[in-house]
Amino acid sequence: MTTATSAKTTHMMSINMGPQHPSTHGVLRLILEMDGETITKVTPDIGFLHRGVEKLAEYKTYHQFIPLTDRLDYVAPFSNNLAYALAVEKLIGVEIPERAQHIRVMLCELTRISSHLLWLATHALDLGAMTVFFYCFRERETLYDIFEMVSGSRMNLSYIRIGGVARDLPGGFLKSVEKFVNEFPSKLMEYETLLKDNPIWKKRTIGVGYISPEDAIDYGLSGPSLRGSGVNWDVRKAEPYSGYDKYDFSVPLGVHGDVYDRYRVRIEEMIQSNNIVKQALDILPKGDHITHAPCVALPAKEAVETNMEAMIHHFKLITDGICPPKGEVYSCVEAPKGELGFYIVSDGSNRPYRLKIRPPSFVNLEALPKMVEGKMLPDVVAVIGSLDIVLGEIDR
Amino acid sequence: MNNDSIIILVKSNFPETVTDCYEFRGELTFVIKKEHIMQVAEFFKKNEELECNYLSDLCGVDKRDTDGIFEVVYHLYSLQKKHRVRLKVPVPSDDPILSTVTPVWKTANWHERETYDMFGIQFQGHPDLRKILMPEDFEGHPLRKDYPIDGRQPASLRAIYRKDEA
Repeated sequence: MTTATSAKTTHMMSINMGPQHPSTHGVLRLILEMDGETITKVTPDIGFLHRGVEKLAEYKTYHQFIPLTDRLDYVAPFSNNLAYALAVEKLIGVEIPERAQHIRVMLCELTRISSHLLWLATHALDLGAMTVFFYCFRERETLYDIFEMVSGSRMNLSYIRIGGVARDLPGGFLKSVEKFVNEFPSKLMEYETLLKDNPIWKKRTIGVGYISPEDAIDYGLSGPSLRGSGVNWDVRKAEPYSGYDKYDFSVPLGVHGDVYDRYRVRIEEMIQSNNIVKQALDILPKGDHITHAPCVALPAKEAVETNMEAMIHHFKLITDGICPPKGEVYSCVEAPKGELGFYIVSDGSNRPYRLKIRPPSFVNLEALPKMVEGKMLPDVVAVIGSLDIVLGEIDR
Repeated sequence: MNNDSIIILVKSNFPETVTDCYEFRGELTFVIKKEHIMQVAEFFKKNEELECNYLSDLCGVDKRDTDGIFEVVYHLYSLQKKHRVRLKVPVPSDDPILSTVTPVWKTANWHERETYDMFGIQFQGHPDLRKILMPEDFEGHPLRKDYPIDGRQPASLRAIYRKDEA
């Protein structure tokens, strides 16, 4: 941190926080105008991780773009894959097999747990509770092993394809997931004993970073950051996708709109997600893992090796890619951070004419000044943690 | 509210302003004249039947090659009524200025800054119209179609960030 005193008012001080600072969760820079310990103005400075993903999309075929979506919110890659795949599927108008939908839901909810675990770990660490960090990373490790089983990699999964998922679930996968969901509630209790009634934790979080429901909506907050203020809106319930309407789950809500309530909402969400995965395990149907629609799905490998037409089909799909009809769609999912939307404009060619990502973290961060202005410096750390931002999707 | 009744309601209130309206994949789009975007935005938010209190997204599209315009696209949502509407405002490419909607939805602030940064579209009345993702001295607007994908900047990053050093 560097400090500098302004020449005119000797009491005011501007402090530069970040871009390299452990509590900014990435490369976020904040310029804080301070009056003693009180913050008078916050100016977030973002863009340090800007890679031009939206520009790159215009030069890639629809399939080639999937790996780039992993790198938006890199702690929840399945949700990003799904949001993009749903948008393209809506554009083409293709039906997804039941089994693929269940696999998608199962993996997205596991991703939500893994993303919330990382949030809890780092959020608690920021506020000085180090033990939680080790506990959360222990469970996250199990989840990453599960993700590795299904996709072959641990972070940038790219498992979801347009029309379904890349391959069927491997042997032993369901057993591992079952073991995890059965054990997880007791593990969650361990975090609860550390934080829920901890007086230091409560002092750092209760009443801090307040935002009213009206302001939360006006600032476009979404996900747990919005529900912490008591606004009952979850994309999974309001506009069910991938068969979420078949699952029995509730949407946890906060009351006070402070850091503590947002913490409670995410903890409860992990329990709900765990239940959804359990239900998905119970009702997972047999069938195809990807659609057979020839405009998007590759033919089976055996067919490519023995059948001339299948080989031509394979070659055309790989070299030309998918050509959706001319038009535009907006499609969104409830990612762990909030509403993740993709707006795709197609001109009928094999590449998107324009692809806009609506990242939840970008919009949630916008409300940070509203939450911390007039408060104390240590509150900034608590509020950033409670917004659960990932700079990969803010800067894109 | 279903799409048909939204069309009737909006068209009867803004017969001159709405130049086009169509549905694709169940999504409703209104094309609005840029002079009236502020009134239309307020109408969509305050009308009791529409109640679009949530601005999901706001972005630009470069359509200069085909139509000679930029488009500013608004994705509205109603948390109570659970419907989505898309507004499109064509902006002439030689004079890309239109009114801001930040007084209607505060969240538009950063979206408009991003649109300004990426396309060079100016938002009149915006409280703080600065670049948001690109460095201050960045030249050009990267999401315009004529900005090359492997574009190089005339000034190096060292010259931008360490200009005080000799």
